[in-house]
Amino acid sequence: MSDYKIDVELDCKGMFCPMPIVKLKKTTKTMESGQILKMDATDPGSKKDVPAWARRTGNEILDTVEDGDVLTFIIKVN
Amino acid sequence: MPEPKKMSIIVHSGSLDKLYPVLMLASAGGSMDMEVHMFFTFWGLNALKKGGLDNAKLPGVMSLGTGMMKGKIKNVGVPTLPELLEMSRDTENVKIYACSTTMKMMDVKEEELIPEVDDIVGAPFFLELAADTDIQLFI
Repeated sequence: MSDYKIDVELDCKGMFCPMPIVKLKKTTKTMESGQILKMDATDPGSKKDVPAWARRTGNEILDTVEDGDVLTFIIKVN
Repeated sequence: MPEPKKMSIIVHSGSLDKLYPVLMLASAGGSMDMEVHMFFTFWGLNALKKGGLDNAKLPGVMSLGTGMMKGKIKNVGVPTLPELLEMSRDTENVKIYACSTTMKMMDVKEEELIPEVDDIVGAPFFLELAADTDIQLFI
């Protein structure tokens, strides 16, 4: 995970659906293609929701790390 | 990039328990770059009246528990209905239509509606639109 140069960090810990996805959309809208977003979430649904969001919006998940209740996604914005 | 998908929702109910799923699905869909079209008809039209979303209650006798339910929703950090509407609109993927027949039936004037309403239309317009969508819901 430390291999990635993070451009933007998004903390969605404590949020539940649909908030993490809404925040992802809002944040990635302001980013440029090729930039890297690190997103933290604790909603157990995020494990499936964030990859679904990425598939639909054409963004790429480079890495996913699970540490206790916290899920961290490294997303390349396209 | 996958082919963009579309969702249409006929919003028939104006009660809190139905409007929450409507706006959660709309904000999620919009955030996933789905084109979302919502047709507010019959009791659903109340949601488009100024202050309508704020005043939505649980249906029937359960309406007494509206405050408690709103408290539970707030406790998990889920936004209010007006906030969810704003988030849906912010995605620029969510369109809102008011049913013209319901407006006449319930004596609702255009100026009583919230400015987020994109158009006032009838069933044929919406059905033509919905026929071309991938997900079709009636809530």
